[in-house]
Amino acid sequence: MPDFFRRKPTFNREDVSAEDGPVVPDGLWVKCQKCKDLVYSKDFERWFRVCPKCDFHARLSASQRIEYVLDSGSFEEWDRGIVTSDPLEFSANGDVYREKVKSTTRKAGQPEALVTGRGRIRGYDAAVAVTEFRFLGASMGSAFGEKFARVVERAVDQRLPFISISNSGGARMHESTFSLMQMAKTTAALSRLGEHKLPHISVLTDPCYGGVTASYAMVADVIIAEPGAMVGFAGPRVIEQITRQKLPDGFQTAEFLLEHGMIDMISRRSELPGTLSLLLLHYADAFLGRHQPGYAMSGQSRNGEAR
Amino acid sequence: MSTTTPAWERVQLARKADRPHSLDYVNALINGFVELHGDRRHSDDPAMIAGIGAFNGRTVMAIGHQKGSNTRENLDRNFGMPNPDGYRKALRIFRHAEKFGFPLICFIDTPAADPGLGSEERGQATAIAENLLALASLRVPSVGVVIGEGGSGGALAISVTDRLLMLENAVYAVASPEACAAILWKDSNAAPQAAEALKLTAQDLKRFGIIDEIVPEPEPAHDASDATIQRTGEAIERHLGEIEAIADRPAGIDRLLELRYEKYRGIGAWVDEQEELIGELPVGVPGTSTPESTSD
Repeated sequence: MPDFFRRKPTFNREDVSAEDGPVVPDGLWVKCQKCKDLVYSKDFERWFRVCPKCDFHARLSASQRIEYVLDSGSFEEWDRGIVTSDPLEFSANGDVYREKVKSTTRKAGQPEALVTGRGRIRGYDAAVAVTEFRFLGASMGSAFGEKFARVVERAVDQRLPFISISNSGGARMHESTFSLMQMAKTTAALSRLGEHKLPHISVLTDPCYGGVTASYAMVADVIIAEPGAMVGFAGPRVIEQITRQKLPDGFQTAEFLLEHGMIDMISRRSELPGTLSLLLLHYADAFLGRHQPGYAMSGQSRNGEAR
Repeated sequence: MSTTTPAWERVQLARKADRPHSLDYVNALINGFVELHGDRRHSDDPAMIAGIGAFNGRTVMAIGHQKGSNTRENLDRNFGMPNPDGYRKALRIFRHAEKFGFPLICFIDTPAADPGLGSEERGQATAIAENLLALASLRVPSVGVVIGEGGSGGALAISVTDRLLMLENAVYAVASPEACAAILWKDSNAAPQAAEALKLTAQDLKRFGIIDEIVPEPEPAHDASDATIQRTGEAIERHLGEIEAIADRPAGIDRLLELRYEKYRGIGAWVDEQEELIGELPVGVPGTSTPESTSD
């Protein structure tokens, strides 16, 4: 249907930020970033912020992600107080990192780019780490790395499987080599998890680049991506600038990665809890002993009470 | 060199084309070095060299990024930027060293991992990540030396070692000063300021506890190649000797892995402000989570 027949919604562009997901003109309708179609906002929320018309998966905050994936009321947050101490006393062009952390904490509603803890997915217990992209592009600084190492170490202590859900721009420039070393730190923690036969399931969401993909996110036992998520090492703009190569259509999308054998599967957002819980059930044999009914049943009954 | 040499000057020195590169070190320090090629998956990456030989009387495996000394060589070596095949060759050598119990010596000298189309197709991020994982639990002693440029994840992929040394005029950072300047200053001409802010010199990284020793360059390496290589060899021997002594005790390798874990586990600068954060996370509490797009 031609767009010019449609009444233009009136809204103030300054009130909304295009980065954070679809634009909501008057609170009732959401404009899809991809197909530009209008969707009734309640429908959009009910569809887990996925456009019902074109299947575009909008970015989520860490708290939305936790709400969508974990059983209601099951999340227990860990180490919320771990924040960066600005080791380099970094400032660029008059922009002071310490101040930026303060303002971004207010904007993102999170004190760091990673939220960690434990929770249940359809009754199955797991340790979880979820990135907050609005916090400096979920870049990996010292506090991020520390929280990650701690959640993995606690997963080992409590014999929990581990699920990471990531999107990230990569390294945190403001912490330079400290940031770089978090790649080694997070991966080293995962090597311990593996020694204890606890699975790591990594969920890649849009966009996922650099330091995160070149470390913990790509060394999981199972790697799942959301449809259309952009995932890679170097960003497409950088590649085009440096190599002057024309990049093919669909380059670095989840579908491209699946085709090239880099991930196990693509899971739609609405199906993710089901996929994760099924995998957790299968891996339970490894970390609880064969055919342990207790894992699923205790989880489900507790979950039933919670609801 | 003086300790007050500006960071940008160090970057220039670290990048000098006539500075000794990995093969110069390997050929001078490792007797009867036999270069081993190929990742057994797809190709042989000339930007990453590897092989076996005798270092001060013991067999070791050596790996290094390989830059060229002139434009022609650099085109052949892709300016020392490995593709996934290079990292998978390194991984093969890690496993090889582990199988035979040979110590591992890594020479780090790369501007970055290759950012090309083919590299992405073959999983550059995965290749680097798998190396980090393998090095974290590799059951042989390992020493790394940053001899020139330590550029981001591409450098880290062969530098998660028991001991990490750095030449006085080498640099090691999460991004090149040019890239950092382009992103944070919106002006790549601000690279000298970015170099300063990134705290990428050996002196900074020693102060932060990220590296274990600085190998001095009384004269810059490009002016005193032989002396620099010799001094580097002595430093490697000292550190290798120390960690071999740990590894040779009963259950020594487990102890070494513990120490390696603690070394990387401990890097970071953070504080716990739990007491000051009284605000509760609104997730999981029915009715409190709201869609951000309306308010943001």
